[in-house]
Amino acid sequence: MTVSVISVTTSLPVREPNRVLRKFLRNKSAVIGAVLVVTFALRALLAPWISPFDPIKADFMAVRKAPSALHWLGTDELGRDILSRLFWGARTSLMAGCVSVIIAIVIGVPLGLIAGFWQGWLDSVISRVVEALLSCPFLVLAIALGAFLGPSLGNAMIAIGLSAMPIFARLTRAQVMSIRNEEYIEGARAIGLPDRWILWRYVLPNVLSPILVQATLAIASAIITEASLSFLGLGQQPPDASWGAMLNTARSFLEQSPWMSIFPGLAIFLTVQGFNLLGDGLRDALDPRSE
Amino acid sequence: MKFAPRLTACIPAFMLLTSAGLAHAESTLRIGLGSDPDMLDPATARTYYGRFVFSAMCERLVDVDQHLQIVPGLAKDWAYSEDGKTLTLNLREGVTFQDGEKFDAQSVKYNIERYLTLPGSLRKSELSSVESVEVTAPYTVVFHLKTADAALLMQLTDRAGTMMAPEATAKGNVAAHPVCSGPYEFVSRVQQDRIVLKRFENYWNKGAYHFDKVVFLPIPDASVRLANLRAGDLDITEGIAASDTATVKADSNLQLASTTGLGYMGLTINLANGTANTNTPLAKDARVRQALSLAIDRDALNQVVFQGQYTPANQAFSPASPYHADIPVPKRDIEKAKSLLAEAGVKTPLTIDFLVANNPTSQQVAQVLQAMVSEAGINLNLQMTEYATLLDRQQSGEFKMSMSGWSGRPDPDGNIFSFLNTKGGLNDGKYSNPQVDQWLQEARLTSDVEKRKALYKQVVVQENLDDPLVYLYFEPRIFGINKKVTGFVPYADGLIRLQGLALNK
Amino acid sequence: MLELVVKRLISAIPTLFLVTLMVFSLQKLLPGDPITAMAGEERDPAVIAQLREQYHLNDPIPSQYFHWVGNALRGDFGTSLRTQEPVLQLIASKLPVTLELSLLAMIVALIIGITMGVLAAVNKGTWIDNGTNFLALSGISIPHFWLGVLLIMLFSVKLHWLPASGYVPFSEDPLQNLKTMLLPAAVLGTGLSATLMRHTRAAMIAVLKADYIRTARAKGLLPKMVIMKHALRNALVPIITLTTLLFGELLGGAVLSEQVFTIPGFGKMIVDSVFNRDYAVVQGVVMVVAVGFLLMNLLADVLYVLVNPRMRRA
Repeated sequence: MTVSVISVTTSLPVREPNRVLRKFLRNKSAVIGAVLVVTFALRALLAPWISPFDPIKADFMAVRKAPSALHWLGTDELGRDILSRLFWGARTSLMAGCVSVIIAIVIGVPLGLIAGFWQGWLDSVISRVVEALLSCPFLVLAIALGAFLGPSLGNAMIAIGLSAMPIFARLTRAQVMSIRNEEYIEGARAIGLPDRWILWRYVLPNVLSPILVQATLAIASAIITEASLSFLGLGQQPPDASWGAMLNTARSFLEQSPWMSIFPGLAIFLTVQGFNLLGDGLRDALDPRSE
Repeated sequence: MKFAPRLTACIPAFMLLTSAGLAHAESTLRIGLGSDPDMLDPATARTYYGRFVFSAMCERLVDVDQHLQIVPGLAKDWAYSEDGKTLTLNLREGVTFQDGEKFDAQSVKYNIERYLTLPGSLRKSELSSVESVEVTAPYTVVFHLKTADAALLMQLTDRAGTMMAPEATAKGNVAAHPVCSGPYEFVSRVQQDRIVLKRFENYWNKGAYHFDKVVFLPIPDASVRLANLRAGDLDITEGIAASDTATVKADSNLQLASTTGLGYMGLTINLANGTANTNTPLAKDARVRQALSLAIDRDALNQVVFQGQYTPANQAFSPASPYHADIPVPKRDIEKAKSLLAEAGVKTPLTIDFLVANNPTSQQVAQVLQAMVSEAGINLNLQMTEYATLLDRQQSGEFKMSMSGWSGRPDPDGNIFSFLNTKGGLNDGKYSNPQVDQWLQEARLTSDVEKRKALYKQVVVQENLDDPLVYLYFEPRIFGINKKVTGFVPYADGLIRLQGLALNK
Repeated sequence: MLELVVKRLISAIPTLFLVTLMVFSLQKLLPGDPITAMAGEERDPAVIAQLREQYHLNDPIPSQYFHWVGNALRGDFGTSLRTQEPVLQLIASKLPVTLELSLLAMIVALIIGITMGVLAAVNKGTWIDNGTNFLALSGISIPHFWLGVLLIMLFSVKLHWLPASGYVPFSEDPLQNLKTMLLPAAVLGTGLSATLMRHTRAAMIAVLKADYIRTARAKGLLPKMVIMKHALRNALVPIITLTTLLFGELLGGAVLSEQVFTIPGFGKMIVDSVFNRDYAVVQGVVMVVAVGFLLMNLLADVLYVLVNPRMRRA
């Protein structure tokens, strides 16, 4: 997981959506990223309707056929159409990416909010735990969790989500702490507004932008991690399609059937690149200091 | 610039060093293994890959030849008594261990007793028939057995018969520096990187071995192992994948050697291990299991997954074993399978939870099976599991059906007893047939090959009716070798024997 | 300064404790018995039972943990269940490998990252800027294991330039050692270069806008010299702190590269040990990695304060 040292912002760019959008659209890379992500999402969602073949049904007559008019991207070791499996694999990756990040946010952000806002002993405890989790190599944590829960897509998502949680917690905490001392927050507390209301109305919206950026980058990272876990035999299990698992089996046929490795690898690359570009673009667009 | 004169001054020295190195060029044989061996102590070792190292580093009381016949090792000759309860071995004289100790009958007694008594020794069950070992002359040793044991001699061709240097071994920490009597002695080991052996100068048969050093390089990834071979970084490697044989054959720098192995892969069915998973038609009715076996097209499986390199199986004994029973492998018969299921009163589709190890080959096989048996109305629910978890669940009975194999042993008893005998240690499905138990016991007691063959054939026939274990295929042992290496002979047990191997310059 | 260091070192202790506790519990919760897993085919129930006793595996889990902690404090990290080798010795033999790989990867990342970052910053807004960003991101987006296998096919099998896998210690044969490390370091390094590139770019842009740079430009010094001398030197500061942070990450992160290239480092050892349920090894290695990570964090903080005394630690 790449460490993203997010710069802390203090204004409220969320209140100026038009300006943000215009800045975003001016950034060519960001637009490319957005296009890649949208295409990926569409392919994933529409997979059942756009796949020319059944991704799971084995066809022993068509084992490892090169790309042709019938099978545009060729077939795999059990005769299944690779193009169809790429579409269905996109569903796996989309789920893996989104669900794990949602898990990470749902656990991490509240922890960060609590730690940053109320500080004190709660902060100490939470920060210790987060630091401990961060000291564990990310992939190792994911592997151990994956092995513990058992190889399956659902468990891989939980494993990745839990491993990604610390970064969101730490990010949120840093953001909250920088805002906390702002005058309007102090003023609100002075008037006697309840803490929860302050968190919801003032703090959370400010935290949103860096979280959004981090979430996009985290989805990219989660997709690669899911592929890595599948590569190691955890994660999505056959016969269901997963780009990482496809790469794993393709390794045995690298020379005989290169199309089995090229296309899933490309798929992963383009999708992850798309999310990274998108995340970058969002960060630049939401950063009030860049022109 | 200042540093050039110093550099140029270094050059002649450098050249001198390299030429000196070249003049004394050691011949090294680099062997690729599919996994890092575990402990290099024959008493506690349990991996198949460890045996490769023992084969080069140590000697055994007896050995096997290419045809799995027992030939002299450290024992020149041997004889069983009439009742089969005494085994007398006459030992080779003039053999020394790698640390200078003398090999004699006392060393044999020490080693066998160590295998029987060392806590953690995994050889105890292999030597379970041995009551005591007696030294009757400096080079004669007598095994007193509790019961006749036809399989004992074969066990002595493997780790249970490996002789370590008594004094060095008694000092402890054997695995860190094992001392044996074989052609190559231990130099060093880096876990998961390499094991280095060098020529033992005082080996009694030094002339048959042509390398100064032997290096074992564990490389788990088959494609990386092959890449190393092709790049010239390995001289020999075992475990060439079926899908890579064409590549090896096409490469002009490499040669391929393969032989049918002793190991098999099959489906273990839980018949009586625990109650949670055995209340199923599959566990209770042999007809359901027969239907399953009939729904599988073993030839097609072989073609699709293994490019036809493997051998379909219906028993534990591969064609490489003299005990292979001559019973044809049934062809796929979907109609019969369906009718058997109907007879057994099973409503289709019948769902079976199927435990599979999460490596690519097993997964492929499982998916092919899933596709095949679905046509007979059986729905396999694949449960991919990590290896450690799979073993656990098999042992504790937390499975309905599981795909597991056996690497194979030269003696037929080692391939079947533990799996089918009611009290067998590896009988995870808890199959129990008193008649089969009796045949298996009888086969252990006699050394008469024909008698044993007949007994095992009866077991195989019965097994194909009860189907506690549905055999799928026998695995070949495929080796990739650099063209420069001459004299390589593949053995059915899969081990690489270094005698006679040489590098052609 | 000293106060900061001491405070952080002390607060690192509970974190370390937590890490070991977490990893231990996680492993113990993993289904599968290590002895059975190790025994594999040769399962002899009597022997397995006896070994479990010997290794205290039947004790209640908390007592097993405290047993481990007690020994660890005395410097005894146990032995590998698989090969009987003392864990400390194992770690000592693998540490130089991982350190070297991390170092080389870092160098690759720095070279690529800083060069591209400077390029991007100087040509801000142009296609060079976007192009380098795209390239840098590709480093993170390409799955390492895929890239690794492809590179092996190209450089080892087809071109015979580099060895396909394996490792030779530097002390034994420096040239061969570098050859074996080149591909894995390159693969790892490209992944890191993206982050470095982006931070270099951001730091350079910030510095280039500063007044004193404009003054130097106004003075008539050559633009290139302006950039190199003044800007880069100042931009390097946050980059250094980032580098130390990333280095800490690298220590444990080379898992997949080591798997594909068969480098006997930490990453591979952890994965194998998790799958083999070799508890002692995983504990020991994770401890070392955690210590390394925490030390690097501390180093980064110290450097940051040294450089920017106006920064107050929250």
